[in-house]
Amino acid sequence: MQAPIHHIVGLTSIVRERLLPISGTVLARLNQKVSSTDVIAETNWAREHVLLDVARILRVTPNVAERLVKCKVDDHIAANVEIAMGKGLFPRSVRTKREGRVVAVGGGQVLMEVGESKIELRAGISGMVIEIIPNRGAVIQTAGALVQGVWGNGRIDSGLLVNIAEKPDGVLAAGRLDVSLRGSILLAGMVNDVETLQAAADLPVRGLILSSLPISLIQKAREMHFPIMVTDGFGALPMNSAAFKLLSTNAKRDVTVNAEVYDRYSGACPEVIISLPISTDLPTPREVETFAPGLQVRSRRPPALGMIGSIVAVKPGLTTLVSGLRAPAAEVKLENGETVVVPLVNLEVVG
Amino acid sequence: MSSSLVDGNSLLAVDVGAANTRAVFFDVVEGEYRFVASGNSPSTAEAPFKDVGEGVRNAISNLQAVLGKPLLDGSRDLITPSQPNGSGVDALVVTLSAGPTIKTVLVGLLKDVSLESARRLTESTYARIVETIALSDYRKPEQQIDSLLRARPDLIVIAGGTDGGASRSIQKLLEPIGLASFLLPEEKRPAVLFAGNEKMESEVKGLVGSLSASLHFSPNVRPSLETEDLEPAQRELARMVINIRKRQIKGVDMLDLWSGGHVLPTAYATGRMVRFLAKVYGASKGILSVDIGASATIISAGFKGKSTLNVYPQFGLGENLSGLLNYTTLEDILRWSSLDISPGILRDYMYQKSLYPSTIAATKEDLVISQSISRQALYLAMQSARRDFPRNIASIKPNLTPLFEPILAGGGALSDASRPGQGLLLLLDSLQPVGVTTVILDQNNLLPLLGAAAAQNNILPVQVLESGAFLSVGTVVAPVVSANYGTPVLRATLTYENGVEGRVDLKYGSLETLPLSSGEAGKLTIQSLRGADVGFGPGHGGTIPVSGGALGVVFDGRGRPLDLPADAVRRRELIKKWNWTLGGE
Repeated sequence: MQAPIHHIVGLTSIVRERLLPISGTVLARLNQKVSSTDVIAETNWAREHVLLDVARILRVTPNVAERLVKCKVDDHIAANVEIAMGKGLFPRSVRTKREGRVVAVGGGQVLMEVGESKIELRAGISGMVIEIIPNRGAVIQTAGALVQGVWGNGRIDSGLLVNIAEKPDGVLAAGRLDVSLRGSILLAGMVNDVETLQAAADLPVRGLILSSLPISLIQKAREMHFPIMVTDGFGALPMNSAAFKLLSTNAKRDVTVNAEVYDRYSGACPEVIISLPISTDLPTPREVETFAPGLQVRSRRPPALGMIGSIVAVKPGLTTLVSGLRAPAAEVKLENGETVVVPLVNLEVVG
Repeated sequence: MSSSLVDGNSLLAVDVGAANTRAVFFDVVEGEYRFVASGNSPSTAEAPFKDVGEGVRNAISNLQAVLGKPLLDGSRDLITPSQPNGSGVDALVVTLSAGPTIKTVLVGLLKDVSLESARRLTESTYARIVETIALSDYRKPEQQIDSLLRARPDLIVIAGGTDGGASRSIQKLLEPIGLASFLLPEEKRPAVLFAGNEKMESEVKGLVGSLSASLHFSPNVRPSLETEDLEPAQRELARMVINIRKRQIKGVDMLDLWSGGHVLPTAYATGRMVRFLAKVYGASKGILSVDIGASATIISAGFKGKSTLNVYPQFGLGENLSGLLNYTTLEDILRWSSLDISPGILRDYMYQKSLYPSTIAATKEDLVISQSISRQALYLAMQSARRDFPRNIASIKPNLTPLFEPILAGGGALSDASRPGQGLLLLLDSLQPVGVTTVILDQNNLLPLLGAAAAQNNILPVQVLESGAFLSVGTVVAPVVSANYGTPVLRATLTYENGVEGRVDLKYGSLETLPLSSGEAGKLTIQSLRGADVGFGPGHGGTIPVSGGALGVVFDGRGRPLDLPADAVRRRELIKKWNWTLGGE
């Protein structure tokens, strides 16, 4: 049976596509070396529109109104500028309400986009641009360590990784956040209260890597302006040993936390990337694996939720579980030495 | 590739679900169509595969290992038609429920009329309503445009205007739709279904035709104020959903090609089968089908002359599970639990399961939590679906579940029930059937596949249904009565074919069973006490023929609506007792 893979890899080749949400200008060049904070593409995006019903305001038919309109598509017009004027002794006029760009003219109406803001797309990881995607972005390649998570708040940033979680089930309290941690990305175990998140925002930190997040804090975590990545799940779960070991041994290195919102269809998921100065060609991590003895796996459901182990044997046929259900299963030796039987659908390969 | 299904030809039916893909083989055995074998594999719509074809080929590979004959060639393409050497299959039909929920905008003239019809139409597929625009909308057109742009819909369903009626008002509603579509990148423009005033076709084409991903027309869902006709629009919508999936998920177009265009949304195929059964077997009672799966909970009911189909992604047990708490409370879910589980543990479970929808319960506690959630999801779905049942259908009390015969049940949640009794208790708790009904478990989830096959081969579904491919759990007798716990409410005598009799004294608050094996029949004489009503009228009894099943005849004296004790300890003890009565642990 094919197995899902959760990437926690010490050294691999990492290739990431970075795209603008809408069409724009790509600033990066092919084979350019970029750092994580470099802007590689930009665009303008108007969040609002204004519809000026020229025909109704001038009290003429749409056909007549179209002849009276003075602007055309793509015109940038300041606020309070006349864009159409009626006829007669005391002609009415139509003026723009806000500064903006004309996006459509027709049927006696003018549609403008207003409130334009600039979107800058940062590289996100330090590496080499290996492909330009016209008008949208670029593909960047780097070598280093990769730790995927299960939940992210949609933010991205880079900084120095500081380990303040002494153990995988450590709890971060607001009092632990002092000024020496400003601008760092914190490997921080669990957070149990909103005050700690707020203290991290006030400092500010550049990112939090957490083992788990109480459900009551999800909304607050989404509102934070720095990236928050959760490695294991919701509630009070310790960090899996593979992620904790890899992250804690990479403390004091520059890391990128791309706390991307998990999308099971596109494959986007939150991740920590630690670029390392390696010159040799490395393979990219494999995406598909088949369950087999010796593979390192993580259990995604109780009784060994979040625990890492290795497959001792894939059992033939269907196995009756403690719950009474029957399913294909494997014997897994956990890191604590215990051997458990886990249905294959509850396992993911770590690597 | 030929896809015509002629009597005597073998048929491969594939269901691509959110979590699992199943390939099912039907063939003629001793002159009649039979369900021969099935093969399963995890679905591959999601990353890293992003191609449903991989899961389909794997499921077919597993099936051909069971069948002992090849269905795929060396390039892993389907062999059709069947070959003289026995390889291959004559035809393929596919049902599909995998894929993200379809973000849908409803547009209609009147909130309680055309928008209600549009809502019912949209609920017949895997859609989530993200925006609604009506004539009474207080927003300016530009605000509607911005709202549509933020919603980024996959689909817009427009209803409104009786045939030959209002047209200017609909034009006004369509303007922001056209402008918003114009502003979206071409590849992100929504598909549009116009199911309103049929006289407006050319105007609608002019306003949104060139600006939508695809513009479809269906007969008016409200040809007059008093009439609603959803069926033709549901058919069109089903086609559109498959087209949307072709844009979203790789491999759907390959399945469409292999099957000669016979790919249907799973829910639509289920609804078609229920309509078909209501026409063939329909009596005074309705026919009910429920399916509790990862992508949605589906309720389909067939009555004389009308059927309803409701798809509730918000009550699905997969990636949307954490959203269930927008519709219910943790306490309402935990009322179904036989174990003392804290709300916090339940909430963590729901969010964790949303992350890993395909995982299953490995511990007893996990199974209890999972089944409590399934009960509440199905209960909510049934309550919502009842709003759309026609008036004047057979019922004992208007505020209770109408009379159904039979109730067909399938989906992952019922496959998760390790014993038929667990599945039956889940159904009794959440659907709360009344009177006398037969409960049938679709353990192989064949119903939608038969629905997909029905349009091409109307003999196959009937013969497979009558072949024992479904598991009859038994006959359920559920009196409507109000009494104190422990008070006798019904006496029943089951006379077996050999003349032996079995008796039950049913007390209020209890479950009882009388054995009657599958394939056996008997006569059940019911004496109602305390004004209990099983369909003969309050306090009246009668004798009816009954058929057997895995649990025989099950008497549910727990009252309707189901009256669970408020005291948690006593409630949990009762739930355990009910579970034991139906063969659970």
